[in-house]
Amino acid sequence: MIQIKNLHKSYKMGTSSLHVLKGINFNVEQGELVAIMGSSGSGKSTLLNILGMLDVAEEGDYILDNVPIKNLNETKAAKYRNKFLGFVFQSFNLINYKTALENVSLPLYYQGIPRKERQQSALNYLEKVGLKDWATHLPSELSGGQKQRVAIARALASKPKVLLADEPTGALDSTTSHEVMDLIQKINQEGKTILVVTHELDIAQMCKRIVKLKDGVIVEDKKVKQVLASSYV
Amino acid sequence: MFNRDSWREIFDTISKNKLRTFLSGFTVALGIFIFIILFGLGNGLKNSFQEFFLDDASNAIFLYPGKTSMPYNGFKENRRIEFDIEDVEDIKNNFTLFTEYVTPRISRSALTRYKSQSNSYTTRGVGPAHQFVEKTILMKGRFINQKDIAIRAKYAVIGRLVAKDLFKAEDPIGKYIDIGSSVFKVIGVFQDDGGDREERNIYIPYSTRQLLEKGNDEVDEIIVTFNKDLGHTGALAFESSLKKYFKDKKSIDPRDPNGIYFRNLTDDLKQTQQFAVVLQYIVSFVGLGTLIAGIIGISNIMVFVVKERTKELGIRKALGATPKSVIQMILQESVFITTISGYTGLILGVFFLKNIGLKLEDYFIKNPYIDLGTAIAATIILIIFGAIAGYIPAKRAARIKPIIALRDE
Repeated sequence: MIQIKNLHKSYKMGTSSLHVLKGINFNVEQGELVAIMGSSGSGKSTLLNILGMLDVAEEGDYILDNVPIKNLNETKAAKYRNKFLGFVFQSFNLINYKTALENVSLPLYYQGIPRKERQQSALNYLEKVGLKDWATHLPSELSGGQKQRVAIARALASKPKVLLADEPTGALDSTTSHEVMDLIQKINQEGKTILVVTHELDIAQMCKRIVKLKDGVIVEDKKVKQVLASSYV
Repeated sequence: MFNRDSWREIFDTISKNKLRTFLSGFTVALGIFIFIILFGLGNGLKNSFQEFFLDDASNAIFLYPGKTSMPYNGFKENRRIEFDIEDVEDIKNNFTLFTEYVTPRISRSALTRYKSQSNSYTTRGVGPAHQFVEKTILMKGRFINQKDIAIRAKYAVIGRLVAKDLFKAEDPIGKYIDIGSSVFKVIGVFQDDGGDREERNIYIPYSTRQLLEKGNDEVDEIIVTFNKDLGHTGALAFESSLKKYFKDKKSIDPRDPNGIYFRNLTDDLKQTQQFAVVLQYIVSFVGLGTLIAGIIGISNIMVFVVKERTKELGIRKALGATPKSVIQMILQESVFITTISGYTGLILGVFFLKNIGLKLEDYFIKNPYIDLGTAIAATIILIIFGAIAGYIPAKRAARIKPIIALRDE
């Protein structure tokens, strides 16, 4: 599903430049649930940004679902994001004046799907994350865990190939974190490819594979025995 | 993307961000409103100014007799010059091609009485042509005609305010009034744009006035209106030939500045028009200033709005909004709000001007108005600048990487 070869990225800091990614190579197959770990400054966020087409690499290849991702202009990147990727953020990033249902249907709006259809579809995804009854509520009326579930529903609504989650449990307490991870695991079991960036080991262990980054290179890449989040709940 | 869906998205955003919508809409509406009020008041000032100075026919030349200051042709200096009715006829006969109307005028002040009401008014003995020279507008009855002059009729045409003072609600036509112990029949009531003073005058045939003054044929002043086709230079040439003719006729030294006085309104007219142009500049400047203030206002609001929405735009971009759709959304929204509120301000402003119009006449602002073309152009300018002011930050926001916008907590 994802092939990355010899990925380099550096940031210019005045006269000197900071080499953040120093040749990353890894592949992700369809249906994997991968945790990307590393301390801050290890380059994990940069990697996720490049995977999410929010940032571009200087060197190396990135192939997503057999489509080479390079020389993207903003418009093309936006279209690919909409088509291939679903994002889940640490701070949820829901639009605060839109109801849960409207937030979930927003990616479908940018796909040009008619209103009736996208509302029906959004409602289905809200039902899937267990928030059908909260469809007309604003984000301010939802708890943190509920907000993240709405965000996951929104990420799924555009039927992406890959779900990218950047510290999805970073702003949640442990019980709520486990609920959210349980949901992520269930989505993964349905065959969705998911990448989770985290620095918490217990969250990483709920994935099927852990990739550890340190100083811009992969230092460890191992398959792990998945801990089911439902066992905590 | 001007489809129903994008409009629905915009209405949705507008209705859920009422304060923001109100602020930007209010700025535009207020800008247009103030623009229209100031521009309208300026126009009102211009109107009353023009009326003030352009009351009399602008092609009139007034001739007054005076005293000579130089000896000439065997006459001593300090001789009093007099006009009589023959002079009036001479102008008519000798300058037929140049003149429009010629009338004598003899002004006297006299106590005027009707029943128990009395007051002192200026009575002007005039010819029929005076109506056109002074731009007198008849409300009732008729003006003095040639027959009245011939029979020296004791007829009076009274001003609107004279009628109001003396007759109250009564109809003055056909009633008799006492002017300086002579009884006159009222045959007409007039109004005059020259103001209250003009409407407190009484017109009677000049021949009647002469009869009352022991049957002489003296005339106070002569008013001539020249043919408008002469133009400014032609009028000055006509004036100097008229001057030459009279100095010759009355044996006044051609170099004598006194003896006969001429007042030519064509000079006044030119000055007045220049002043009106200056006034127009002031009005335009005030309007332009207001408009610029409005543009700055809407620009500030738009920068603020886009800043406030940076995170939302980042989210939208992460979800697949293209830069174009982001810019389009912001522009469509801002143009929509500025259009609606701009025209609201326009309608309110025009409505307001209409309603205060009459109350301001005492403050020299008459009939304030703004022509619809100017008002609409101003509104469109504000909408365009609102769009430009929105476009620049929107373009920047659309270019920001979503990851940076999202970090903006």
